[in-house]
Amino acid sequence: MGYITEVGYLVSAFLFILGIKYMGHPATAIRGNWISAIGMLIAVLFTFFHPSVHFENLWFILLAIVLGTVIGLYLAGVVKFTEMPQMVSFFNGMGGLTIALISIVEFFTRGIVSEVEGGFDWFFVASSAFSGVVGSISFVGSMLAMAKLWGIFESSKRSIFIRVFNALVLLSILIIYVLLIINPSPYLLVFLFIMGGVLGFSGVFPIGGADMPVVIALLNAFTGLAASIAGFAINNNAMIVSGTLVGASGTILTILMAKAMNRTVLGVILGGFGGTKEAASNVKGNVQEISVQDAAVLLAYSKKVIIVPGYGMAVSNAQNEVHELEQLLESKGVEVKYAIHPVAGRMPGHMNVLLAEAKVDYSKLYEMNEINPEFKNTDVVLVVGANDIVNPAAKNNPNSPLYGMPILEVDQAQNIIFMKRSLRPGFAGVENELFYNPKTRMLFGDAKETLKKLISEIQNL
Amino acid sequence: MELIFAKAYIFILAIILGFELINKVPSLLHTPLMSATNAIHGIVVVGACIVALHAHDPVLKIISFFAVLVGTLNVVGGYAVTNRMLEKFKRNSSDIKEKSGDK
Repeated sequence: MGYITEVGYLVSAFLFILGIKYMGHPATAIRGNWISAIGMLIAVLFTFFHPSVHFENLWFILLAIVLGTVIGLYLAGVVKFTEMPQMVSFFNGMGGLTIALISIVEFFTRGIVSEVEGGFDWFFVASSAFSGVVGSISFVGSMLAMAKLWGIFESSKRSIFIRVFNALVLLSILIIYVLLIINPSPYLLVFLFIMGGVLGFSGVFPIGGADMPVVIALLNAFTGLAASIAGFAINNNAMIVSGTLVGASGTILTILMAKAMNRTVLGVILGGFGGTKEAASNVKGNVQEISVQDAAVLLAYSKKVIIVPGYGMAVSNAQNEVHELEQLLESKGVEVKYAIHPVAGRMPGHMNVLLAEAKVDYSKLYEMNEINPEFKNTDVVLVVGANDIVNPAAKNNPNSPLYGMPILEVDQAQNIIFMKRSLRPGFAGVENELFYNPKTRMLFGDAKETLKKLISEIQNL
Repeated sequence: MELIFAKAYIFILAIILGFELINKVPSLLHTPLMSATNAIHGIVVVGACIVALHAHDPVLKIISFFAVLVGTLNVVGGYAVTNRMLEKFKRNSSDIKEKSGDK
């Protein structure tokens, strides 16, 4: 009966739950990760204690585990901190692929056996096909999300054609799924998974870069759900418990992120930024530039400065320079705080991770609701490569597609310095009226380079 | 059939637990947490091992070899990336402790 294996799974399920719980607090998070990793090790080890295990295939399984470990450690070790979201997306895709492959192998294996025993078990067919198709969606979708974040694919505009296409693919998946349950065939199963992959591609393809964090979180939840259903298919409790935990927690994360952007998850998938063209261009006025010298003086002689980091900081890898500037200003008696928007960057907490890498004290990081009342008493807000998250159109332009999204209210501050490469709109494709605000000065250039100049200017003051 | 219902209970309880565990997490931990849950669904490597253990056909052996390989990538890569993110937090909090200890 495999009692030993089941006991191992029970222990590992407990460790996963404990691990996630510890992950919820900064001080215990690293312990949580280790506890959950130990749970994983126990689950894998005890799988081989099942009495039904034949050891003839063990050599290549161990080879695959060793290879996977080496490649996984290598990839996780070399990835830059700014590229973490891509890496998470990649590993998530690998999980999805695994599920689809499990489903295929198990289906063919049972297919050979069932010629003797007669017939498939419908519950197995339904759960295994479902897990595999969700896994395929997650695999291809994650790979595309990764490619988009790496800039291999440009964010493209959505069109009615893609929506119709998606609807047709989804419909055909449902039809093939029903056909498969009625008349199980391994080849139809493979075809179903290919269609799942097509849906993963065409589903993620029209979604813009701004929504990628939500997409990755959603696909992570998908893989969790698929893992759980695959656990039902091959009757494995460890997969059911862990997969479901991830499916549920991933869904919560997805909803939290979508909410922070004033989007619904459905809106992200079906597309909400469709009608931006006519609403975008009611912005008038002149853009004022500021020289590095003037910016240095303005910052150094302020009482209070708030730094608003965004994706631009991640792209130019400027977190260390930001931290250096912060320390320099503090040494001159300026009070410096960081305002972290929940969706700044490409993933929630993205800015926190980068600033933590630069060893910024996290008592200086403030969440949106804590910091918003402070902007009106702030002398200078320094926006480092952020855009949509400070766009006042979200508050006062009902025609803007950003309308309703909670933002950092930097327009309340006395002065705003915008560090940006160009006047190009943000990922939402919306013009930012803050650029034209009389209080705003633009400091054009790459964030890292400009910050270096700014730091040396302030040092020379 | 009874077995399926027993598993359905596990399923429902795990959903509730998953929601409850995540609800009160500060946003600075969202990225590491997503990465950590990503590693946990690497549990599929267990499923990959199981199907690989009783694969007979050579083609199926090759497919299941890849299943175990990419599943291991998910697990090991997931935990390693999460650990790298969290190391930064750990170092920072010990910095803070050292600073306050100096005073």
